[in-house]
Amino acid sequence: MSIAEIFDSMEYGPAPESAKEAAEWLSARGTSFDLFIDGTWTTSNGSETFTSINPATGKKLATLTQATSDDVNAAVKSARQAQKEWEKLGGPGRARHLYALARAVQRHSRLLAVLESLDNGKPVREARDIDIPLVARHFYHHAGWAQLQEKSFPDYEAMGVIGQIIPWNFPLLMLAWKIAPALAAGNTVVLKPAEYTSLTALCFAEICKSAGLPDGVLNIITGDGTVGEMIVEHDDIDKIAFTGSTGVGRKIREKTAGTGKHLTLELGGKSPFIVFEDADIDSAVEGVVDAIWFNQGQVCCAGSRLLLQEGIYDTFVERLKNRMAKLRIGDPLDKCIDMGAIVAPVQKDRIDAMVKTGCAEGAEMWQPELDLPKDGNFYPPTLFTEVEPACTIAQEEIFGPVVVTLSFRTPDEAVKLANNTRYGLAASVWSENINLALDVAPKLDCGVVWINSTNQFDAACGFGGNRESGYGREGGIEGIREVLRPSFIRSLGHYKSGEEIDPNGQSAYDPKSAVDRTPKLYIGGKQARPDSGYSLPVYSAQGTLVGEVGHGNRKDIRNAVEAAAKNGGWTKASAHNRAQVLYYLGENLDIRKEEFVSRLVQTSGTTMAAAKKEVEMSIVRLFTYAAWADKFESRVHTPPMRGVTLAMKEAIGVMGLVCPDETPLLSMISLAAPALAMGNRIVLIPSEDAPLLATDFYQILETSDVPAGAFNIVTGKRDELAKTLAEHDNVKSVWYFGPEEGSSLVEKASAGNMKRTWCNHGLKRDWFNQDQSEGEEFLHQAVQIKNIWIPYGE
Amino acid sequence: MATLSKLNPADHALPRNEGLPFDPEVIDGLQVNLSAVERRTRSLGGRRSVKKDYQAAWLLKAISCIDLTTLSGDDTPRRVKRLCAKAKQPVRQDLLEALGMADRGLTTGAVCVYHTMVETAVEALQGTGIPVAAVSTGFPAGLSPFETRLEEIRQSVAAGAKEIDIVITRGHVLTGNWKALYEEVKAFREACGEAHLKAILGTGELVTLRNVAKASMIAMMAGADFIKTSTGKESVNATLPVSLIMVRAIRAYEGMTGFKVGYKPAGGISAAKDILGYQILMKEELGLNWLQPDLFRIGASSLLGDIERQLEHHVTGRYSADFRHPMA
Repeated sequence: MSIAEIFDSMEYGPAPESAKEAAEWLSARGTSFDLFIDGTWTTSNGSETFTSINPATGKKLATLTQATSDDVNAAVKSARQAQKEWEKLGGPGRARHLYALARAVQRHSRLLAVLESLDNGKPVREARDIDIPLVARHFYHHAGWAQLQEKSFPDYEAMGVIGQIIPWNFPLLMLAWKIAPALAAGNTVVLKPAEYTSLTALCFAEICKSAGLPDGVLNIITGDGTVGEMIVEHDDIDKIAFTGSTGVGRKIREKTAGTGKHLTLELGGKSPFIVFEDADIDSAVEGVVDAIWFNQGQVCCAGSRLLLQEGIYDTFVERLKNRMAKLRIGDPLDKCIDMGAIVAPVQKDRIDAMVKTGCAEGAEMWQPELDLPKDGNFYPPTLFTEVEPACTIAQEEIFGPVVVTLSFRTPDEAVKLANNTRYGLAASVWSENINLALDVAPKLDCGVVWINSTNQFDAACGFGGNRESGYGREGGIEGIREVLRPSFIRSLGHYKSGEEIDPNGQSAYDPKSAVDRTPKLYIGGKQARPDSGYSLPVYSAQGTLVGEVGHGNRKDIRNAVEAAAKNGGWTKASAHNRAQVLYYLGENLDIRKEEFVSRLVQTSGTTMAAAKKEVEMSIVRLFTYAAWADKFESRVHTPPMRGVTLAMKEAIGVMGLVCPDETPLLSMISLAAPALAMGNRIVLIPSEDAPLLATDFYQILETSDVPAGAFNIVTGKRDELAKTLAEHDNVKSVWYFGPEEGSSLVEKASAGNMKRTWCNHGLKRDWFNQDQSEGEEFLHQAVQIKNIWIPYGE
Repeated sequence: MATLSKLNPADHALPRNEGLPFDPEVIDGLQVNLSAVERRTRSLGGRRSVKKDYQAAWLLKAISCIDLTTLSGDDTPRRVKRLCAKAKQPVRQDLLEALGMADRGLTTGAVCVYHTMVETAVEALQGTGIPVAAVSTGFPAGLSPFETRLEEIRQSVAAGAKEIDIVITRGHVLTGNWKALYEEVKAFREACGEAHLKAILGTGELVTLRNVAKASMIAMMAGADFIKTSTGKESVNATLPVSLIMVRAIRAYEGMTGFKVGYKPAGGISAAKDILGYQILMKEELGLNWLQPDLFRIGASSLLGDIERQLEHHVTGRYSADFRHPMA
């Protein structure tokens, strides 16, 4: 077209970014890559390879190595060998390395951006302006954490070797999110990039080598899901960090159950994008573009459910369609496009199948008339209206450029619809009313909320989800905590169950001296008989029958969870109010301490002095968490924007607490008090050997203003009940302290709704030792952190 | 049409904005989120890029939209004649030939001067079809007596100005006196008669984007043919966020009435790269119509020089120097 013709048409022309340097980089390496193990490019002992394809053209980019189990072993071994030295290098020493990596990423930023775009199909604009700058920022920020580590986390140490498995949607960014905190904290890493998109990880390996990162600190091995499985199952790995689908996340949870491997999972989502009628509508429309057409919608936190207040529904949809008609799809290297290619044909087919399902279920589908490239793997931006919550496309993650629209009438209804999902990753809330926005944000069950914005990320802020979107956070101080562990863990001994007691045939029941007592379950603020109608005998250390407690079963757990779920008052109560109740519990326990001392002596066979100490310590512990209740406060992060990010420590909700037999009163209080202090409602399974301490304790609950449903007690067989709790879809976290096999059972059962778990893995804590049994470790386990992004300015 | 220009495409026979009765409800619910607006304008430059021949063509189009302006205390008739000569021949003929645009009769969109220079400019542009725009109504502060301001418009129209760039009383916006603002602009529009009215909002002095959105809407309801950011004399002049808000108001007004109102950023746009950003904004938010001089004008004086250098670079492949291009 001549200049004069363009002058008349005013069209956009092609604006291609050159792929020359990236192509040269690939060909200089023979377009073929080995594995990066122990700082060396290592040829696999296997012969299997696979190809990396440019999804925009279907052309082959490179040949990659399918790692074998020998390769995985070699990588883990190298990481293990390097770990001690790397940790010993100290925070400031590691900070220099992370700083060097940040600098090196910036020096090679364009090469990385172009490679990423070629390999993944994302617009080079996004890789250049979003992915790569965030990668560099992540390394800078975590160089800072390394520098400050010894002072900031004096009682913590690196976990050891971390296995990391990352997805294909943000290949290098996810690598940075995983590697930077892990290395900063003194861990070493074995990382597997996604098989579709390994190139930037391999380029990064090269960058690490030339930036002087010690050998073995970072190992990068390529391959498909089977290599991921080998990492997950490797017994010399201390932690697995995974980002990917909920299906694979669930398998990882099951595979690692009981191994003691720490786990963070960042999984799928179906995030709501809520627009209230007082929002800046045009800006919200633009927000939808950033929410669902960013990275072709292949974003775990994509705002894929558009919730519109009824009054603005029609105008919003009309404006959105006009906006969609202006989107440009094409060559990812063209700097004049909004959307590039879908990563692989199988993904495109999946999107297409979901869209067809949506149409078949009666939703109205709309796509703008856009010029799509004839070849390559492209999918147009797609809008569904007339969608009901019951539609498949309103429930299932599509992972493509497809948004579904629902309407709501009131803020309450918006919150209900937003939370009407198995996922809980992110949400956007659009309103110019600060009261409304800040009222809604805490009610959304998810890990990230963006007020009047969407898809904002920064190294200083935590990212991660609730529910089936996984657990753990990446970024900020939240993320650093996920790669450290308390130093005392190493020195813990093994948990031992109490000795089997032979009944001596005697009974302490004596109606002449004391009226018969029936210890019951405690559910919804009421004493309740067990559903089964059976009891379990409780013997003293000498074998005398001292009581018969209810043999709780599945239905009792169900009832207790229902009572806890229904009574949200404790969670809504102010921290001050919760503190008062905890103090009051301490006060009332103190009044009745003689009774608890003799019960301890009777049932756990401990000495009078030790029993006294245990009761005293229990009172202290209640006071400690009463003190913490309004002092374990939220944080304000400062990402580079005009605004704040609130890292809100929120109650998790309904928690199941399974108590050990050791020092049964103190251990029970040590678990219950922090959970309660943070506003959780608990279902507690007391020590199987000494349940009478718990059934005695509900009388204290009844006299201490503990609201109904906040504290429920079900006695019975520990692991039987623990399994039901761990399987329950309305329980959001389970703490398990008991025999080793119980941890395995709980972790495996938790995979159903991907609830959080905290297990002792057969280790024994000293509940008198404050370092091991009290404080921030417990409080962190009792909260989930929600990052609420609040940009401001008028 | 919003303004007269011989460079408009033939099919641009757009009706003039007739305005609407005053209705404060239209602006009651107007919401603007500054951070979101800034994100949009920041990312736009990355989302769209115009290169090579396309860039040359877009820059030539920008020239046709320039209100080539001189608004200085030391303006003299000869200085204004020189400006008019540049408006008639904004790009060296050899360059136009190399660009294949020699036969297009490319000129700037208009020449913009103070009232006292209108007659000089009209005379200098006789027969070219290039309209003369006069800044008016007590420009730049707009605080002279109301009758004086009306009279200024009438005199400029009588002197041959086809376009009148009025300034609004910023105080009406800052005090929320929307009725007064409406009446003022409406009276100005009536005084303009056949001449077209560009309403300068003085956005730098309105401070908030919410004020800009509301003032834009009131000015259009009062019959403005164009809305314009700035006098060029405020400390903050045209910016992309302010432009985004004003063009979104234009879009909303068109949705309400069917009338297309023009947009003129002014002040501080001096680089070719900058004007491409504004053109992209127009195309993305409003569409192709708003890239033509009847709906898009750029208030600028030094911008043309930078565009000329870029065009020469496009032709020769060498970076150009300012002294190689005739000055205005």
